[in-house]
Amino acid sequence: MPSHPKLAAEFVKNKDRAHWHDQSLWFVRSKRDKAAQQIPEWELLREQASKIKMYTVSHLPDLLEEFERNATARGVQVHWARNATEHNEIVHSLLKKHNVTRVVKSKSMLTEECHLNPYLERHGIEIIDTDLGERIVQMQNKPPSHIVMPAIHIKKEEIGELFHEQLGTEKGATDPQYLTEAARQHLRQKFIEAEAGITGVNFAIAETGGFVVCTNEGNADLGTSLNKLHIACMGIEKLIPRAGDLSVFLRLLARSATGQPITTYSSHFHGPAPGAEMHIVLLDNGRSEIAGSDEFRRSLNCIRCAACMNTCPVYRRSGGYSYSNTVPGPIGSILGPAKDPKANSSLPFACSLCGSCSDVCPVKIDLHHQLLTWRKEIRVKGFLPFSKRISMKMMSWLMQAPAMYRFVGKMARSIVPYLPRFMLYNRLNDWGKQRELPIIPKQSFREWMKQNHDDK
Amino acid sequence: MAPKVGLFIPCYIDQLYPQVGISTLKVLEHFGVDVEYPESQTCCGQPMANTGCTNEVAPLAKRFLEIFKKYDAVVCPSGSCVSMVTHHYDEYFSDNAEYEELKGKTYEFCDYLTNVLGIKTLSGRFPHKVGLHQSCHGLRELRLASSSEIMGPPFGNVRELLQSIEGVELSQLQRPDECCGFGGTFAVAEEAVSCMMGEDRVHDHEQAGTEVLTALDMSCLMHLDGIIRRQKKPIRVMHISEILVECL
Repeated sequence: MPSHPKLAAEFVKNKDRAHWHDQSLWFVRSKRDKAAQQIPEWELLREQASKIKMYTVSHLPDLLEEFERNATARGVQVHWARNATEHNEIVHSLLKKHNVTRVVKSKSMLTEECHLNPYLERHGIEIIDTDLGERIVQMQNKPPSHIVMPAIHIKKEEIGELFHEQLGTEKGATDPQYLTEAARQHLRQKFIEAEAGITGVNFAIAETGGFVVCTNEGNADLGTSLNKLHIACMGIEKLIPRAGDLSVFLRLLARSATGQPITTYSSHFHGPAPGAEMHIVLLDNGRSEIAGSDEFRRSLNCIRCAACMNTCPVYRRSGGYSYSNTVPGPIGSILGPAKDPKANSSLPFACSLCGSCSDVCPVKIDLHHQLLTWRKEIRVKGFLPFSKRISMKMMSWLMQAPAMYRFVGKMARSIVPYLPRFMLYNRLNDWGKQRELPIIPKQSFREWMKQNHDDK
Repeated sequence: MAPKVGLFIPCYIDQLYPQVGISTLKVLEHFGVDVEYPESQTCCGQPMANTGCTNEVAPLAKRFLEIFKKYDAVVCPSGSCVSMVTHHYDEYFSDNAEYEELKGKTYEFCDYLTNVLGIKTLSGRFPHKVGLHQSCHGLRELRLASSSEIMGPPFGNVRELLQSIEGVELSQLQRPDECCGFGGTFAVAEEAVSCMMGEDRVHDHEQAGTEVLTALDMSCLMHLDGIIRRQKKPIRVMHISEILVECL
């Protein structure tokens, strides 16, 4: 898998596009700031949300069983999946049992994590993503580049071209309303034909056995109301203890995600309609291992709002695909290595440690500190490139030997200023590709001190 | 007896920006601080720590404590290096009273000036439009100013100190505290993104009319200055201590 720096450099090569991407996401971050400013108790909400999630993660087995009991009592059938394979098999067996060949699905990063779409397609089932952004990337045969705005990296001209090819819209059309209407008509047909609806889960409530799905397009509701089979797929960390806790999270989620006070639809599901079936698949897939780790437990607080992506100066300029992980950005750079540290070893380094993600996070995940901790893990596991390992060893050695440190500095100051430019600025010097090196001073601070200060 | 301050000059300031160390020293001495520069100091170990190489940090952290523990306070013209010592040394010292004490008495230079010495205004003149770059570690680790992500009343002693100087007009930025993209080894390992981030910061200061770009950290400024000089932009880069020393 190509490393983050390589893919990021390719993205940045198209400067205009990278700027456009950066500005689109910064606009969302600014909207979030305005929305948060409206809430005097914003920081209190973050604190509360963080504590509720920490409580949940530390009581996960009990709360999950409580949820299962209460959901079952409401007529919801609960399934447990250890990993992606089990998850996909459960979903497939349910669809098979009902002879379903056409499914609509509202946005769910969890099913992306499990690669459910290709799995079902291999088994002859048509699965249509009904979130507009996700439908667009599905038509392109690509994964989402952002977890809330899956097609944020695609320009409207490109969508016009795609819809012209796939939906027969007029060539060259770019009017968002026209294109959205075309997608709406196309999706309406799919909704009507579908024999089952799959949704994700934003919050599942242990106390009631119900769950909540948040969308802006109402596609989760339509997709589950027009047929008799609803399968909801959720990660085990999506649980909250009480119905009352929802008020904390619903106030934080949309404000953090897009700057909206609340998502257009917050749909509460509390059991199947008469004659229908409702299933919920609870997926672990490495989560309980994370819950057992002191360093990374907090990452399970995540409510997938993507505020950390919108604020991340690296994500904004490198695009979601540069992370080669289902969840990109700061939180993805923690979850990715947890799953496969070798393949994702460059992700914890795709970060300037600015800390903006930790400050913006509505559930107070210490993202940049976890990224720093992952760097140590990568080093311990032996996935740090040799060049970095050796240079840090040498630097440490030099810094433990003050006399050698002084000598090397003095040598550099007496040689570097006289070197011709090509010896300083060449392909070996990544610093100097777009930046000048510092102007080398005549003497170091300590030399100046000796001459001018210490004798005084 | 007046408190004795150990001057902690980061390795790259010692080697590349002696004038920053000199300005820091002069400002502190101007306000009557008894400053000593322990010559055996080298580096706090941050580059290795941020690369994940803790084995390489451990001896440097221990050296640092040995060298600086005897002072009443440790002052350093870099928020980033201070945050390394105060926020990221714990794993090298378990239950070490000397380290716990060091943590509490290590200050970023402007923090020491404004909060310990109580200097809130300066009488000098600096007739320039000044762009204050909020270095991330001073901002989001040391909390020396309010960050734009956290809701609450704004604060920031450095901004106030600069505003007290006659002639200083602060630039109004479109993004008040976005990272410059230096990030230590990030600057080289993620060169493309790092430089784009730096360029965007420079453009923001350019549109705001910044004549003098300043920050608490020379590392951010080294990166931004490298871009400014390559692109021949009319912006002068000065560490905060270099401005303050002109206003004594």
